[in-house]
Amino acid sequence: MSGPNTDYDPVEVTPLKADQVDAMREAALAAIAAAPDLEALKQVRLDHAGDRSPIALANREIGALPPQARKEAGQRVGQARGAINQALTTRQAVLETEHEERMLAEETVDVTLPTTRRRRGGRHPLTMQSELIADLFVAMGYEVAEGPVVEAEWLNFDALNLGPDHPARTMQDTFWTEPAEDHVVLRTQTSPVQARTMLTRTPPIYVVCPGRVFRTDEYDATHSPMFHQVEGLVVDEGITMAHLKGTLDHFASQLFGDGITTRFRPSYFPFTEPSAEVDVKCFVCRGVGSDSCRTCRGEGWIEWGGCGVVNPRVLVACGVDPEVYSGFAFGMGIDRSFMFRHDLEDLRPLFEGDVRFSSAFGTEI
Amino acid sequence: MKAPLSWVLDHVDVPDGTTTEEITDRLTLTGLKLEAIESPGREITGPLVIGRVLTKEPEPQKNGKTINWCTVDVGDANGTGEPQGIVCGAHNFEPGDLVVTVLPGGVLPGGFEIGARKTYGHLSAGMICSARELGLGDDHDGIIVLPADAGEPGQDVRRVLGLDEETIELEVNPDRAYALSIRGIAREVLVSVDGATGFRDPAVRDTPAANDEGHPVDVEDAEGCPVFVARTVTGFDPTAPTPDFMVRRITAAGMRPISLAVDVTNYVMLETGRPIHGYDADKVQGALVVRRAREGETLTTLDGTKRVLNPADLVVTDDSGIIGLGGVMGGETTEISDTTTTVLVEAAHWDAVSMFRTGRRHKITSEAGKRNERGVDPTICEAAADRVVELLVEHGGGRAHPGVTVVGSPPAVPAVQVPGGLAARVSGMPISEERSVECLRAVGCEVSGSGTLLVTPPPWRPDLTDAQDFSEEVVRLVGYDKVPSILPTPPSGRGLTRPQQLRRRIGRTLAGEGYVEVVSFPFVGTADLDALGLPDDDPRRDLLRLTNPLNTEAGFMTTTLLPGVLRAAGKNVGHGTTDVAIFETGTVTLPRHAGPAAILPVDRRPTEEEFAALDAALPAQPLHLAVVATGDAVSGGWWGEARPVSWADAVEAVRSVAAALGLEVTASAAEVAPWHPGRCAEISVDGEVVGHAGEVHPTVCAAFGLPKRSVAAEVDLDVLIAKAVHLRTAPTFSSFPVAKEDVALVVDASVPAADVEAALREGAGELLESIRLFDVYTGDQVGEGKKSLAYALRFRAPDRTLKEGEAAAARDAAVALAAERTGAVQRA
Ligand SMILES: [Zn+2]
Repeated sequence: MSGPNTDYDPVEVTPLKADQVDAMREAALAAIAAAPDLEALKQVRLDHAGDRSPIALANREIGALPPQARKEAGQRVGQARGAINQALTTRQAVLETEHEERMLAEETVDVTLPTTRRRRGGRHPLTMQSELIADLFVAMGYEVAEGPVVEAEWLNFDALNLGPDHPARTMQDTFWTEPAEDHVVLRTQTSPVQARTMLTRTPPIYVVCPGRVFRTDEYDATHSPMFHQVEGLVVDEGITMAHLKGTLDHFASQLFGDGITTRFRPSYFPFTEPSAEVDVKCFVCRGVGSDSCRTCRGEGWIEWGGCGVVNPRVLVACGVDPEVYSGFAFGMGIDRSFMFRHDLEDLRPLFEGDVRFSSAFGTEI
Repeated sequence: MKAPLSWVLDHVDVPDGTTTEEITDRLTLTGLKLEAIESPGREITGPLVIGRVLTKEPEPQKNGKTINWCTVDVGDANGTGEPQGIVCGAHNFEPGDLVVTVLPGGVLPGGFEIGARKTYGHLSAGMICSARELGLGDDHDGIIVLPADAGEPGQDVRRVLGLDEETIELEVNPDRAYALSIRGIAREVLVSVDGATGFRDPAVRDTPAANDEGHPVDVEDAEGCPVFVARTVTGFDPTAPTPDFMVRRITAAGMRPISLAVDVTNYVMLETGRPIHGYDADKVQGALVVRRAREGETLTTLDGTKRVLNPADLVVTDDSGIIGLGGVMGGETTEISDTTTTVLVEAAHWDAVSMFRTGRRHKITSEAGKRNERGVDPTICEAAADRVVELLVEHGGGRAHPGVTVVGSPPAVPAVQVPGGLAARVSGMPISEERSVECLRAVGCEVSGSGTLLVTPPPWRPDLTDAQDFSEEVVRLVGYDKVPSILPTPPSGRGLTRPQQLRRRIGRTLAGEGYVEVVSFPFVGTADLDALGLPDDDPRRDLLRLTNPLNTEAGFMTTTLLPGVLRAAGKNVGHGTTDVAIFETGTVTLPRHAGPAAILPVDRRPTEEEFAALDAALPAQPLHLAVVATGDAVSGGWWGEARPVSWADAVEAVRSVAAALGLEVTASAAEVAPWHPGRCAEISVDGEVVGHAGEVHPTVCAAFGLPKRSVAAEVDLDVLIAKAVHLRTAPTFSSFPVAKEDVALVVDASVPAADVEAALREGAGELLESIRLFDVYTGDQVGEGKKSLAYALRFRAPDRTLKEGEAAAARDAAVALAAERTGAVQRA
C-alpha cells in the first residue's frame, strides 16, 4: 500500500494506470465467463470483486492521487467495477438456472410406479340405486318415507285390504315371528309404509319409500329371502290412473333413458283398484324385442312392478276421506331394476359381501 | 291355467285368420297374461305324413335282431309318387296298415334330423314313428298304427295326432278365479278379441228338475255349503278307456289322466270351473250329511294321509262316519276304483273362506281347492253334475239314474251402487256412462239406472263387490293402453330429512376411508352368537324368533351386525382377498316384549293411542353400523413397509363417521365380546355409550375364518345421528404468533393417555390452542411398568402476542395438574 500523497508531491500510482485497470477488468470478466458453476463463481467473486481483489485495492489507491487525477482514475475504476459486478450478476443468474435445471433433471422419478397404498372403498350398488331412485322423486317434490322392517301384521296386511282370509296372503310367503299372538311379521312389501304415511301425514301426500322386504323364498339365482323395493304413494284431490302412468313413464325415462316408457296390464293387488302390472320398454333393444336381446328375452318389454289406484278401503282404514281424495301407489323391485339395468343375471353377488363386487361400482351409480 | 286352444274355441268364435298370438296379446292386455304357448308338435318340422305299408320283409340280422324292410306308399309327399323304402325295427304292424312316416328332411323332437341313410344293407329313406319319437308319451312298444279311416297316404298327419294342438298358459290372478276354466277364458276371449262372437256357455244346459229319487243328502251347515247337487250313474264300465281327446286335453291342461270316471270329473272341472267329487256309490252307506267336523275326529284322505280335523273343517259323512273333507279332498273309503260300477256325483258350492282355511290348516293344495277357495260360480252345480253324468254315460256305458238331488240354492248377490262417472274419474279417461254400462254388461253384469248405476255382478265374479271393482272392469275393457300419461304436480317438497342426508354422508365417509359396503341377511342363530363369544347374560342374546325360518340355524332376527360382516370378511379372505375393509349399515331387532300388536279394525282409522300402541309393541329397530378390517391398512411397496390394520383403525373408522356428523367421540377401555379384552374401546358421545371398537378376539377371528389381529367396530347410528351437530358455529382464530411447548410425562403404564391429555388440557387453560400426543415410549429409560407420553402443546392468545414466559407458565400449570391427577412426572 502506498502512503498518502500530497498536493505538491504527486506520486505516480501504478495500479491506476489505464492499461492496468483494463487488464484487471479483462481478467475478471474472463474468469467470470469461465466459472463453470456457482461454487467456482463464488471464488471468482472473491478473487476479482472481493475486498482483497486487485480492483478493490486499486480503488483504495485513488485517494493517494493528486486531486486533479482522482476524478479520472475514480471513473475508470468505477466503470471497471461496475462491469465486473454486472458480469457477476449475469453469470450468477445463468449458473443458478443451470443448477436448478440440473437438480430437477437429477430428481426425475419413474411416474409409472404404482401409487395406490390404501384400499379403495365403495358403497353397495343397491344403496346407491335406492338413493338414485329417491333423488328422482325428490326432484319432483316427493319426500322419502320410512318404516320398520319388523312390522305389525295389521299394517302389513289388514290395513292394506288383505284380511286374514285373503287368498293373496298365500301369494306372499311371509316370515312370521314368535309368539304368534304378537302379530308381528317381517314386512313382505314396502306397502305398510303407505299405511304409516297416511296415518301420520295429511294430504296432499307425495312420498317414495325404498326399503328392505322379506319373503320365504329359497335363496337362488333369481330369489332371495331379503330384497329391496321402492314404493310410491300419492294421495291428493283428483288423482287418476293417468297421473300414475305419467309418473311411471317419467320414472322409467329417468332411470333407463329418454324415450323409455311403460305399459300397464290389468292385475290384482288388494290395496289398489284398478290394479296394473307395469312393464317397462326394453332399454337395450328399445322395445323392438329382437330375439337376440338377452335383457327382455325377445319380448321388447320387461316386467317391472305393480301399481294401481289406491283402494278406497285402504284410504278408510288409514283415515283418508275417499270422497275427497284419491291416490295411486306403485312398487318396484330395486334389486330387479338393478339387475337388468346393470346386466346382472344372478342376484347372489348382491348379498355375498365380496368386496370385488361392490368395489366395481365405486361411490355413485 | 293351461287351456288347450281348440277347447276354448269350442265355446267362442274368433274371425277367420285370427292368430293364436293375436288372441293371447289381447288376453294379456285385458288381464290374463300369457305365460307360454305350448304345442306337442312344436319341435317337429318337415314332412310328417300318413303312409300305407305296402310290403314288409323280415330280415334276421347277425346280432340276433330282426328288422323289417318295408315299402310304404306316401302318396306324392316324396315328390315322386313311388313307394318309399324304409327299414323299421318294430313289428306291431302289417302290410295295409296306416302308419306315421317322417320323410328325409324332417326333424323330430330333440333336433333329430331324418335323412336317407344306408343301414342293414338298404337305403332307408325316412322313418316309421313311435309315439315316443314324436314326443307324445313314453310308449315305445312299437310304432303308431293309425285307424283305417285316419286319412289318405301322403296327407299331413299332425292334425290326426293332435300335434298341432296349441295350449295357451295364462297367469290367473286370485281375483279372477273364473278364468281357471275354459268357460271363463272363452268369455274373456269374447270380450277381449276384436270380432269374437258366438259364446257358447258350457255351463248353460237343460238339466233335469230336482226330485226325491236321488241319493239322500242332508246339509246341516247351509252357510258352509249353500248348494249340494247329487247325481248317480249306474252300470258304469270301470274298464272303459278315457277317449283320446279327453286324455289329450287333460294332459295339456297339466293334469294326469287316471281313469275314465276321475278324468271326466276333472274334465268338467276344467271346462266349467266347478270342482266335482265322485264317490263309489256302492261304498257309500246311507245319506250324505254335510256338517262341521267335531273335535278329535279324523279322516284318511285320498292321498293316504290320516288327518286330525278341526271343528271349523267342513266334512261330508255317511252312516260310516266322515268320508270326505268337503270341497278340499275326498276320503279313502269311498274312493272310485277300477271296480266301481255305480258313480255318485257331487257338485257342491262351498264357502270360500272355509275352503281357504281348511286348505291352509291341512296344507292341501289341489286343483279343486284352488278353485273353491277363490270362489266358483254357485249357480252351475246342476249343469256341471249333468255334464259329468252325460260324459260318464257316453264314454263309460252307464245309465243316468233318474234321481236328481238338489239341496239349497245359490246365495243372492246384492246389487252395488256405482257412480256412472266413476270409471272416468278413476282412469283419467273420458269414459262416458254409456260406455261404462256397455263394458259392465259385456263382462256379465246386470245394469240399471243412470247417474248412479245399480250393478249386479254375474255369479262367476264373486270378486266384484265394491264400486271401484266395477271401474276396473270398465277400464280394462276400454284398455289400459289408452290411459293417458300425465305428470301430477306435487306441492313443494322439503327434500331429504336430516337423518336421511346424514346416513348417506356416513356411507360416503366410510367409502372415502377405504371401506366397502356389504349387505347381509339379518338372520342369526345362537351358534353365531356363541362364535362371537357372547356371555349367557349378554343382552344381544335376547332375540326375536322367526316362526318359519328358511334355515333353522339362522332362526332369529339379529341383534348385532357383527356376525354378518365378520362372515363376509372371512369369505373375502377365503377367496384370497387378504386386505379387506368392509362396512354395513342396517337395522337390528331388539325385542321389547311389550305384548301383541293388535289387529285393529279396518272400517275406520285407528285412534292415535291405538296406532302408538302398535308401534310400541314392535321390537326396537335401531340403525347400526359395523366395520371390519383385516390384512394391511397400507400396503407395502417401493415406498416402504406395509402397515397392518390395528385396533386403532377400528376406532378411527368410528371417529371419521362421528366427525362427518360434527361429533367428537371419547374412547375408554372396556371388556366386551367379541373384542380382545385388552384392546377394546367403548365409544361414547356426551357420556352416552354408542358402541365399541377394537381388535377382535383371536378365538372369534378363528371362528369366522379371519387372521388374528383383525379389527371391528359396531355403533348405534340412530344415537349418533340424533346427536349430530346441526348448525356448526363459524370459527374465529387468532393471527398472533403461536408459542410451542413440548412436554414428556412419565406415568404408570395403566394410566389412559386420554386422562393425561384431559388433565393437561384443563391445566393449560385458555391459552392452549391444541395438544397432540406425538410419542409413546416404554423401555429402560422410563422403567418397568411405566410409559412416557410426549405432547406438543401450542399456545396462542386471541388478541395479543404472548409475553415471554406466559406459554411456559401455562405449560407448567398443565403439567402440575397432570401430575396431581395421574401421577405424571415430567421427564428431564
Ligand atoms: Zn330387449
